[in-house]
Formats: sequence, structure tokens, C-alpha cells
Amino acid sequence: MKQDKIGDPLDRVDGRLKVTGGAKYSGEYKVPGLTYGVLVPATITNGTVTAMDTRAALRAPGVLAVITPFNAPPVPGYQPGAAKPVKGLKLFNDNQVHFNGQPIALVVAETFERATYAATLIKTTYQPQPFETDFHKNFDKGVVPNEGKYKDYVRGEADAYKNAPVVVEQDYMLPSEMHNPMELHVTTAFWDGDDKVTLYTKSQGVVGSQRAISTAFGLDPANVQIHSRFVGGAFGSSLRTWPHEVAAVQAAKLVKRPVKLTLTREQMFTLVGYRPLTIQRIGLGASTDGKLVGITHESHSQTAVYEEFTENAVNVSRFLYASPNANTRYKVVPLNVGVPAPMRGPGEATGSFALESALDELSYKLGIDPIELRLRNYTYTDPERNLPWSSKYLKECYQQGAERIGWDKRSAQPGTQRDGEWLIGYGIGCGAFGAYRSKTSAKIKLLPDGTVNIQSATSDIGPGTATSMTLIAADTLGIPADKITFQLGDSSYPIAPTQGGSQTVSSVGSAVHDACVALKQKLNTLAGLSPDTTAPIDYAGILTKHNLPMLELTQDSQAGDDAKNYSMYSFSAHFAQVYVHPLTGQVRVKKLVAVVDGGKIVNLKTASSQMIGGAVGGIGMVLTEEAVFDDHFGRYVNGNFADYHVPVNADIPDIEAIFIDKPDPIINPVGTKGLGEISLIGVAAAVANAVYNASGKRIRELPITPDKILMA
Amino acid sequence: MNPFQYTRSLAAAGAIQSVLKEPHAHFLAGGTNLIDLIKMGVVTPERLVDINPLPLKGIEKTATGLRLGALATNSEVADHPLVLQGYPLLSLAINAGASPQLRNMATVGGNMMQRTRCNYFFDTAMPCNKRSPGSGCGALEGINRMHAIFGASPACIAVNPSDMNVAMVALDAVVHVKGPKGERKIPFADFHRLPGDHPEKDNTLERGELIMAVDLPAPAFSQHVAYLKIRDRTSYAFALVSVAAALKMDGNMITDARLAMGGVAHKPWRLHAAETFLKGKTPGDDTFKQAAQIAMQGAKAYRYNQFKLTMAPNAILQALKTASA
Ligand SMILES: Cc1cc2nc3c(=O)[nH]c(=O)nc-3n(C[C@H](O)[C@H](O)[C@H](O)COP(=O)(O)OP(=O)(O)OC[C@H]3O[C@@H](n4cnc5c(N)ncnc54)[C@H](O)[C@@H]3O)c2cc1C
Repeated sequence: MKQDKIGDPLDRVDGRLKVTGGAKYSGEYKVPGLTYGVLVPATITNGTVTAMDTRAALRAPGVLAVITPFNAPPVPGYQPGAAKPVKGLKLFNDNQVHFNGQPIALVVAETFERATYAATLIKTTYQPQPFETDFHKNFDKGVVPNEGKYKDYVRGEADAYKNAPVVVEQDYMLPSEMHNPMELHVTTAFWDGDDKVTLYTKSQGVVGSQRAISTAFGLDPANVQIHSRFVGGAFGSSLRTWPHEVAAVQAAKLVKRPVKLTLTREQMFTLVGYRPLTIQRIGLGASTDGKLVGITHESHSQTAVYEEFTENAVNVSRFLYASPNANTRYKVVPLNVGVPAPMRGPGEATGSFALESALDELSYKLGIDPIELRLRNYTYTDPERNLPWSSKYLKECYQQGAERIGWDKRSAQPGTQRDGEWLIGYGIGCGAFGAYRSKTSAKIKLLPDGTVNIQSATSDIGPGTATSMTLIAADTLGIPADKITFQLGDSSYPIAPTQGGSQTVSSVGSAVHDACVALKQKLNTLAGLSPDTTAPIDYAGILTKHNLPMLELTQDSQAGDDAKNYSMYSFSAHFAQVYVHPLTGQVRVKKLVAVVDGGKIVNLKTASSQMIGGAVGGIGMVLTEEAVFDDHFGRYVNGNFADYHVPVNADIPDIEAIFIDKPDPIINPVGTKGLGEISLIGVAAAVANAVYNASGKRIRELPITPDKILMA
Repeated sequence: MNPFQYTRSLAAAGAIQSVLKEPHAHFLAGGTNLIDLIKMGVVTPERLVDINPLPLKGIEKTATGLRLGALATNSEVADHPLVLQGYPLLSLAINAGASPQLRNMATVGGNMMQRTRCNYFFDTAMPCNKRSPGSGCGALEGINRMHAIFGASPACIAVNPSDMNVAMVALDAVVHVKGPKGERKIPFADFHRLPGDHPEKDNTLERGELIMAVDLPAPAFSQHVAYLKIRDRTSYAFALVSVAAALKMDGNMITDARLAMGGVAHKPWRLHAAETFLKGKTPGDDTFKQAAQIAMQGAKAYRYNQFKLTMAPNAILQALKTASA
């Protein structure tokens, strides 16, 4: 029988279930007695709800309850003096409205349609207040966040770039972008007595959801069960437990029946976070031979008046290139909008767009090839933390990407290469994302038929987690992958971190690896061998011989102290070949090459899919996606899939994913560094830089739509 | 969504009678526009009259040209051999719109009648004179990037979003309608109207009138045609600006021209003056640029759609280049 190895291109273990409809998503559980919850959004942007007439709604057929700020059963964690107070928006807890679209009522009815209809019958009286949503107008109201890592950073001298022989100083803007996974956010909640509750909910972390729900309702975490076995995309929008999930639990308690609450697509624009509108100023100063002497990176981004959201937008400029002087400033502007959330690649992708665009601008000013410029400022240690990298193969990324995209065909002179009516250009954009590893635990069980079952409370929002975990287990145990099942998405399994920050393979993979090693040691010992014997053993045979029905153990796993002595990052270099039509302003990405130093690659197939998916997200970010906001009314105007443009197939070229595939010796036993975010970080700059190379037009405000090309 | 009556009609006369029963009754064809609007609360019908059983699906040759039944789907029309041969411009325009799934459901009549995609029209929490006369125009001072540069009024600056309509108006199609007062024919160019003081009226249909068919005249532009649609993504997005161009050539001379634009006005925007200018000219960038300049006379932009003043003439130039190539 073939032995599956780490690095093989293994098919998704749940692929068949997914494509045949057998995979059950959170909205698909038919719990007996199910009722349906529909939210009523506020239509003012700031102020108070002074009255709600719910009589007609309550009389409408099939309506069981209408929860409003005036009658909501109290949520213990919302109360002042709660042992663990809930952070952020507390739905129906008071009559304040902080942003347009904030839910002010929840209707529960026998069917979704009846709840939807009844929701339209509620008459609300408001006391509106003046509001602030205009980011540009409120730019100067930006504040430095409280958290330490967002405080101003200075290495050497601040703003040193200003005195350099060659200077670039530019502003770059990103609009708000919505995660917009295909699957809507949905929660089904039901109680068992007064102190036990179960949720089927779209979640990137069932342990985090368990903690949040138990905190809100003052329950023992063991009495809160969270199931999220399949997730139809999330991109960061399900990293936290949102107020509407708490509301579903609250409603289920009130009507004493299971409640399913599904957001509408329009509500997905206001209630589950987004990439915040951000303006960044980059200052780069260099000597005439292309050595950076100063980097300054400032960022302003929007946040909510009721909760502060922060992300690592400026951090990349502290360490990606060697520069004796570097400083960053980061501010957030509180507005009457919903709170943002990390969106794939989060702040790092935002920051990389600005830094890598500015570096491209510098390359033209200097007359130095953009790759050569990056090489001249290559750094072999982390200049921010003064530590060695655990591993870094960015140079190799440049080299392989340049080869695959055909960089030698790039003209240094913008606007000089044509294919018929179209102008051709090439661009590069790079990025880095921290390689994280959190404490994780996995339970492993060997059965007499020689099959192995592993459980850990991680999630799979799409990368193929169960598949890569199966492969790690197969390789470590030395048995075929089809003898292994890996289960996730259930809070009763041993703890795992939330699937975010590209840390799942590193964290859960290590726990799976360590659990397999521990199982093997146990079996070796039973077989009378030295525990660390690597020779193949007959797993089932040992169980039978010792008359054991099964063998089970739970293994914790976490990084060693050594990790503190290194700076650990995944690195990427993205390359784009782009066509620009000078008359119509249309941009077509013709080819994209993504080269990544993400440590050891566990499953070549799902890893490539991950890179392609990230690149598609990057193309959306740079060419098509923008949540458009009307500041007169405080509302999004394109809250639907017709007007919010995620890329379609026709926007997506051939995407080639290349992996350096060298294990990191420090981070974890398998040597993986993470791919989820880095797959997107750098794509926007690569495309924008290629647009400039093609057309001579530098677009600093995303997305690069045809009108911007024509008006530049 | 409000509760409403649903009627299925087997004959045109019955459908017309049914739709006259309540002030807010609507014909239902493919439903791809109407159902969305009902779900959004933009349309609150008292009755839907399902016309799908009516025998209006045919695509047939007539003595003078081709007749497209009002219920022929957008896909059936775009893929029909007689359309591909004689009216390739129509096929190109239809296929530039929506997605295959939508085109399989959408009908000729429904496409003609589809409402604007103005975001203020779609959102009942914002003002819109078209949806709710007298409430004001949210787009005028708001996000008006997609909006009109021709023929708008202070009451409404929305555009007609259809691609098909642009080709239909260029091809001099004629609309056949049947109503309580009998049958009549409306030239396509007169079917849609400018907003003026009554933006709630998209077209010149009267209450109870049902579109039966659209007639195309004898094929005259089967070779030198182009439909250029500039949009925010490569497919499946409404036009920022679109241009339908059709030329008749004799050797190197343009003997007849048809030119119309989409995404620029409350109706598909036929460019007669530019067409007249092109007749008798030889194709070339300078000629085409002059035609574009003529076409742009009277254009007026708003805060966010200034770019259309550049994009529209560029698009005309590009479409004429493609059509003449
Ligand atoms: C996401 C999305 C993207 C789209 N993109 C595009 C695009 O890029 N380009 C484009 O052109 N279109 C686009 N469309 C619009 C699409 O073309 C229309 O929805 C479709 O053509 C409407 O046809 P229907 O038969 O479904 O009409 P319905 O929704 O059934 O009806 C629409 C209206 O027409 C009336 N009506 C229907 N038939 C008759 C008749 N025979 N007589 C009188 N009145 C009638 C109805 O009463 C109703 O008011 C898009 C639609 C969607 C949802």
C-alpha cells in the first residue's frame, strides 16, 4: 500500500461530501421545532429609538416574539458589573443607535418568510442625532490606539527620508472591503433547560465561540456546545462571536424553542466586519545608488465609535527592508459605522500595498530595476526586533518569480510595450506575515482495525484543514491516509486556536504530529521496543496482542522557549503581467505568479488552492472591490452581489503558485510557517505596479477601475 | 414583501383584464428583476399576473424582418441563427448583459421593462422620486458614479440599465403592444422616456398594456458591428458606458451608420447626429473622433460621473474602430 507523505498532493478528504451536497453547513441542521429569527435594522445613523410599535408584527401570522430594546430579556454579560463584561455592541441592551443598519429588533416566527414579513410591520420612532461617517472630513480626529504595538515606532531618526537625496512621498487609499463569503452568517441555537445551550454557527473558532457565549450568558463553558463542522468561507468575518449570535441564543431562551438566525446579504455589509477604509502615507528616502536611508509609514483607518478596531497596517515597514531609520504612526478614526474585522491578509495586506507601491515609485525615480532595488535593501536579520529570522528565502522568491513571469521581457520604460491595442506591463509586490503557533491539543485514538481517529477543536473555513492534518498524521504514523479520520469544528474536542492568522497548520499540525509521536511511543513500549524506534510496527497487531479495545491519548503541543530568539515570518513575492487598454481604461491581469516561502508545504494540492484563492482575493482588492458609502445618509449603496464586485472568472488569469518548500527549523516539528494571509499580501501592489509599467499611470486609490485609468 | 394575489393567465386579453384589477398589479415574466424589487420592498404589488403561459415565445421571420415574442428568453434570442446572421449586434448586446443563468430566465419584454439600478431607487431607506414621487433624488448630491450624462432632470438622474435596449434602438426595432384599448405599435426610440417631472414613468406604456412582440426590420447591419461595454469587472456588471455601433460599408466608404449608447441616459441613447456625420466618410480615427465629439454635445456630468465625459467618446471611438476593422 502506498505511504502518503507530507508534501504530497492529497485530494481533499471531504471533497466528495462537499461537491455532492453531503457536507452539512450551519444553516442546514433541521432541529425539531425550529423557529426563524429576522433582524430589523435601524435606518438612522446616530441617535436613539424612542418608541417601537410592534402590535401589527405580533398579530401577523406565525409570529412568536419580537425582541426590542424595550422588552429584551437581559443578557447577563451585558449588565454593568458582570463578572466578564462582553466587548462591543450589545444588541437590544439599550435604545442607542450607533450606525445605520444596527439591529434594533429581532422577530421570531414559525417560518423565515413570516418573520421577514412581520419585520416590515414594525413602526419605529427615532430621535436622530448628527452623525459622522465621512472619513476624509474626520481624518484629523484620528487617535492613537491604546494597545502598545500600535504606538508610534521610531528606529534611528523619525522622518529621516525627507533629507535623503532621492525621495518618494505619497498617499495610498484603500476603500472599505467586505469579506462577502458565499455562505451567509447563520446561527441555530437551542437550550436544554436553563443552563445548557447548543449552537450550530458559522465560526472560525469553536473554542472562542464557546467562551463568548458562556461569558454572555454566565454559563459554565462545558455547558455551551458549539458545532461548526463546515464553513462556506469566512475570510476573517467569523473570527469573533457577533452580537447577532448572542441575540439568537437570547431569542431561543425567550421562545423556548430552537431559533435560526440568518443574515441577509445586505446585513453582511454592516454586521460582520470589513476591511476598513485606510489612507496611508509612505515616505521613502534613498541614496542615489538605491540604499534606503529612511522609511516612514503612517496610516489612518476607520473604526466604530463603540469599539476600537486595530490591525498591523504599518508594521511591515519596520522590518521588510534594511534601513537605518524607520518610523511608523498608526491612528484610527472613530465613526458612526459598524466595527471592522480582520479581512484576509488583514493590515499586512493593506500596508504592503502602500509600501510596495512606494518602493516601485522609487525604483523609477532611481532608474533601478524593482527587483534589484529590493535586493539592495535585503535584510538578513529582523531590523525591528534585532533578531535572526528563523528562516527567510525571499531572495529565492524574487528569482523564481522573475523567471516564471518573464521579467526579462519587462521594459524599464512605462507605456512602451504593446500587443495590438493593449499596453503590457509587469509588476512585483512582496509581503510578510508573522508565523504564529498557539497552544493546541489533539486527541488520538487507535482502533483494532488499524484505523486512527484524531480530534481537535479547530475549524476549516476552506483551506482543507482536515486533509492536511490527515497527511501529517499519515506521514508521522507511517500508515496510509485513508486509514485516518480527522474531526474538527466541535467545541467538545481538545482545544485549538481560532482559524486565523495563518496559524492552523503550524499549531494544530504540531499537536497532530506530537499526538502521533506519543501514540507511536506508547505502542513501541507495548511491543517491548525502545519508545523512539522508527521502524514500522503492526499497530492493530499490538492492540490485539495486548487485548486492548483501543488506545487513546490526548497530547498538548506548544512552541519551545527557543522560538523567542527568532523572528518568524512567511514571505511572498507576487508577480503580475497586466494588459491596459488606453482608450477604454480596462485592465486585464494576464498572468499571476505567486512565490511563497511558507516553510514546509504539507499538501501541495490544497496549498496551491490556498495561494490561488488568495491571489483572487488580491485581484478583487486591486481591481474590483469597494463598499461604496453615502455620507449624507450613512448607508452603503452597494450592499448586494450585483453592485459589490467580487472578481468573476473572467477577471482571473492563469495563476501559478510556487513554493520554496524549505522547512523552518525553529517554529514547529513539521517546519510549516503558514500560507493563508501571505497568499494575498503583495498581490495588490504587484498588479498596481504592473498597471503603471504598462500605462505610465500610477493609481494610488483602489480599486483600479476603468474610470481611474482614464482620468489619471 | 407584502402579501399579494397571484394569477396565471392563458390568454393576453385575460392577462390584461387581471392586471387592471388593482392599481398595483404587475405582469410577471422571467421574474429576475421584479422578484428582486418585491423582496427589497421597492415594489409592493397587490397582484402578480404570470404571463408565462401566453404563446409569446416565438422567434419568427416576417414579411419585412424578424419578430421576437415578448416571452422569448434573452438566451434564445441571442443564440438564434436568424439573429446571429441578420442582427449580430443584438446578440452581442444581450450576451454582454447579466449572466447565463439570468439570460436563461430573462425575457424580451422583461428586459425592456427592467427598472433602473440606481442604488437610491433600490434602497427604501433613501429618497427616490422614481420609487416614491416627491421624496427627492438621493443620487443628485449622492453617489452618482453610474448616472446619466444626457437628458436627466433635477428630479432624476438614473439610467436605463439594459444592454439589449441599446442594440434594439440602434436597429430601429418596433414594439407591439396590446392593451384595454386595442393594439398599437411603438418605435423603440419612443418606448422609453426621459425622466422630466415624472421619473416614476420609465416608458410610454399605458396602464394594462402588454408587450406582445418586438419587430426587427430587414437585416441591414450584419457585418460591421460592435458592442462595447465598459464595466467595473470583466463580466457580470452593469455598464459604466456602452456603445452599439453598426456600419454599412461600400468598399472603403461608410454608407450607413447606427450608433447608440447605454449607461448614459434614462433611455437607450441613439446618436442620430453622429450617424449622419459618418455617412459618406471613410473610416479612420479622425472621423470617428469627430463623430464622438458630435455625439457628446449636450452632455452634463455630476460629481462622481465626470469620467463619463471622457469614457463615452473614447468608447464611441473604440466601438467604431472595432466595427470598421
Ligand atoms: C445580478 C443581475 C445582473 C444583471 N446584469 C444585467 C446587465 O449587465 N445588463 C442588462 O441588460 N441586464 C442585466 N440584468 C437585468 C436583466 O436583464 C433583467 O432582470 C431581465 O432582463 C428582466 O427580464 P424578466 O423577464 O426576468 O423580467 P421580470 O422581472 O419578470 O419583469 C420586469 C418588469 O417587466 C414587466 N414585464 C415583463 N414582461 C412584460 C410584458 N410582456 N409586457 C409588459 N410588461 C412586462 C414586469 O411587469 C416587470 O415590471 C441583471 C439582473 C441581475 C439580477
